[in-house]
Amino acid sequence: MIARVSTFAVDGVTSRRVWVEADIRAKGLPAFTVVGLADKAVREARERVRAALQNSGFVFPGGRITVNLAPADLRKIGPGFDLPLAVALMVAAGELAAEDVAGCAVIGELALNGELRAVRGTLAIAEGARRHGLQRILVPCGVAAEAALVPELEVLAAATLEEAVDFLRGDAEPPVPATLAPAPLVAAEPLDLADVRGHNGLIPALEVAAAGGHNLYLHGPPGTGKTMLARRLPSILPPMTAVEAIEVTRISSVGGLHHGGGLAAERPFRAPHHTISASGLVGGGAQPTPGEATLAHHGVLFLDELSEFARPSLEALRQPLEDGHVTIVRGQKVMAFPTRFMLVAASNPCPCGLGGDDCTCSTGDLARHHRRLSGPLLDRIDVLVAVGRPAAGALRDEQAPSSAAVRERVIAARERQADRLAAHGLTCNAQMPARLLREHAEATPSALRLLYELHDRHRLSARGHGRVLRVARTLADLDDSPTVGPEHITLAAALRLETAALAAAA
Amino acid sequence: MTAGGGGAVAAGACDACLRRAALVAALAGRLDVEWRRRDAASRVLALPDEELLAVGTKAVRVRYERFDAAVPRAVAARAGVVLVCRCSPAYPARLRALPDPPAVLHVLGDPGVLDVPDAVAIVGARRATPYGLDVSRALGRGLSRAGVPVVSGLALGIDAAAHDGALEGAARPVAVLAAAPDVPYPARHRRLHAAVAERGAVVSELPPGSSAFRWCFVARNRIVAALAQVVVIVEAAERSGSLTTADFAADLGCTVAAVPGRVTNRTAAGTNALIQSGAALVRDAGDVLDLLAEATGSPRRCAPARPPAPPDLAPELLALLAAVEEGRGALGELAADAEEARAVLAGLGELEFRGLIRRTFGGRYEPAAR
Repeated sequence: MIARVSTFAVDGVTSRRVWVEADIRAKGLPAFTVVGLADKAVREARERVRAALQNSGFVFPGGRITVNLAPADLRKIGPGFDLPLAVALMVAAGELAAEDVAGCAVIGELALNGELRAVRGTLAIAEGARRHGLQRILVPCGVAAEAALVPELEVLAAATLEEAVDFLRGDAEPPVPATLAPAPLVAAEPLDLADVRGHNGLIPALEVAAAGGHNLYLHGPPGTGKTMLARRLPSILPPMTAVEAIEVTRISSVGGLHHGGGLAAERPFRAPHHTISASGLVGGGAQPTPGEATLAHHGVLFLDELSEFARPSLEALRQPLEDGHVTIVRGQKVMAFPTRFMLVAASNPCPCGLGGDDCTCSTGDLARHHRRLSGPLLDRIDVLVAVGRPAAGALRDEQAPSSAAVRERVIAARERQADRLAAHGLTCNAQMPARLLREHAEATPSALRLLYELHDRHRLSARGHGRVLRVARTLADLDDSPTVGPEHITLAAALRLETAALAAAA
Repeated sequence: MTAGGGGAVAAGACDACLRRAALVAALAGRLDVEWRRRDAASRVLALPDEELLAVGTKAVRVRYERFDAAVPRAVAARAGVVLVCRCSPAYPARLRALPDPPAVLHVLGDPGVLDVPDAVAIVGARRATPYGLDVSRALGRGLSRAGVPVVSGLALGIDAAAHDGALEGAARPVAVLAAAPDVPYPARHRRLHAAVAERGAVVSELPPGSSAFRWCFVARNRIVAALAQVVVIVEAAERSGSLTTADFAADLGCTVAAVPGRVTNRTAAGTNALIQSGAALVRDAGDVLDLLAEATGSPRRCAPARPPAPPDLAPELLALLAAVEEGRGALGELAADAEEARAVLAGLGELEFRGLIRRTFGGRYEPAAR
């Protein structure tokens, strides 16, 4: 007889429904064929399914077995099809009733002894099941908590194939998934700004960047704490909303970073090495998988040693920064990944990294270094801060404020921005296009006059002018001021990216 | 415009000098070899035409014999270059002291600025350190503000920094190029080239269209040395081309001065050695002005004093300005807590707006040139 079981294939950061159809004929040579654009891991599932069924005390059906994965035009990848395949065989062999599996999505990898192993992208799959109107989903225990994030979906969390069959038959009651969330391997010590000594002066700059979602550029000699500061940015960003948390969980699950522990609690912080390729950064591959930019969605993407990154990789970041998503085209297929992250870049003042009087770089080296930095990305960076060497005394005595204190101010500023921008579907000042900036900046006449004077005096470009105004708007939000005053403009100008030296290098 | 130019004294070039210049240009490739073969290197250019012709090919001789002065005049006119020959009253008197004065000066700009009694040359390494560049720029600026024309070679590094600084003052800068005066060399300095040509003069011994050979750079150095009363070497390695300028200057009886550098720094080895062997030690533009007064016998010009900070600055701003002048230019170095940092940021913005400090490449602040 023919059996049909519903499962899902991860496609980008969403999922598509796949039917596993099994057909067993008593006549014909005994064989086990899997068709339907299955990759190597799926074809190898035959051996795992055979062993798992037999080791779990079931009978592997004899005869000629054909399994089809529909739709046949979608490439099926990975071991997540093991369990649906085994279930489909059992339905076809009559060990399970067709009604048992109707309305139930099945997903999971099989071990040879019949245990179930976790798979990537469970949340996306569970959402797919809900979208297609399925009532139940059968998943390995390890990812049950993740599947349970989807409302109105009954989660059957099984540890073994045997248990899975019992749950499907209704012979046993599945456990409540919430109790199954695995304890985090290491209780991660949350990073806090209070750990950073000697950089208290930089806190307003970090605060304004976090409050407005402005991309940030830290410039300073090695070992001064640029990376330490950047790593603590997520701790002063406002906590994620429920929707954001779901998105982050879905993406990190698809990316294989999330191990079934329910909802992601922290904003992601991604710090790819500078040797990363363009497709590693924005996503790609024959079957497009999310890149670092997408894994940093709603979080922080930290590019340390910006000048060392390959030009094509940085060029590739332009669209994601501009649009908040990246489109990847592969053959007939177009895929969009979300990439709404905050960019934090860091770099040494010169190639030798010593800076100042100790620098041994030649003018040529410096010019090259500056040219690399003044490249494409800087168009999208609003705040530039020079990080100096902290004084020895400051390292010993200084007490830094906690992240919580800074976060409070950031949250308040974000709320003001949200009130203003909600009608446009935006959440922070950095996302405002130029037109909205003009509309919402509310600069006082004296502030505007100052801005125009700055424009002349500092030789600001039109874009630099907009950036100063944008940061000034965030500073005003931090002050809870409805209008942007000249004091905000002055502060914003002192944090601006555009300098005459940079313009000369470009 | 055979007798063109905006100089006070009529410029121009006679046929004989033009023929000599054309001959040197035609032999330029060959002279590289000749230059190395002869002992008294620079004397190659002192040879009479006949002997020079001997090192060239027959074609060179034929061209020399059929020389038509209208051609170089037309070429110069097209390039906007003014010709000044040895026989012209506009020819800088100091160049005549050379054993091998260039026959014709090809000048882009005003030839009048060449013949001044108190020019100072600032030259040095192309691969310079930030310290050297700073000093060079400050010297150029200080001298130019005191009304002293600055002569240099428009090369990378120290030379360009000196021109850069000189353009901030009122004096008229002079750049001496190794090859064609109308072609910025190195090409990166085209803006600087244009600025110097507009404000002062860009000079070369070779006519427009010539390309540079190795000897041209050394030959250029003798012109730089001869145009100046005082030659200041800012940074030079042990065997640097800049030291040839010092040698030429010493031969001409000009004052040679050098800026000291760190003894461990290779790019300061040449300058430190110069000082050891008796060159004057120069710390700032004031020192150079002293040397210049001594050399010319005219009263010392005053270096414009660094203007004091505007009196209406608030005490916090004055303190902040002092801190930046001490080299504490990063936000974290100026503020110890968030509250203070906001005040400091506002102060920095204010000081920069008043033009007292400037924001550099990496976001650090440094005192603005005043």
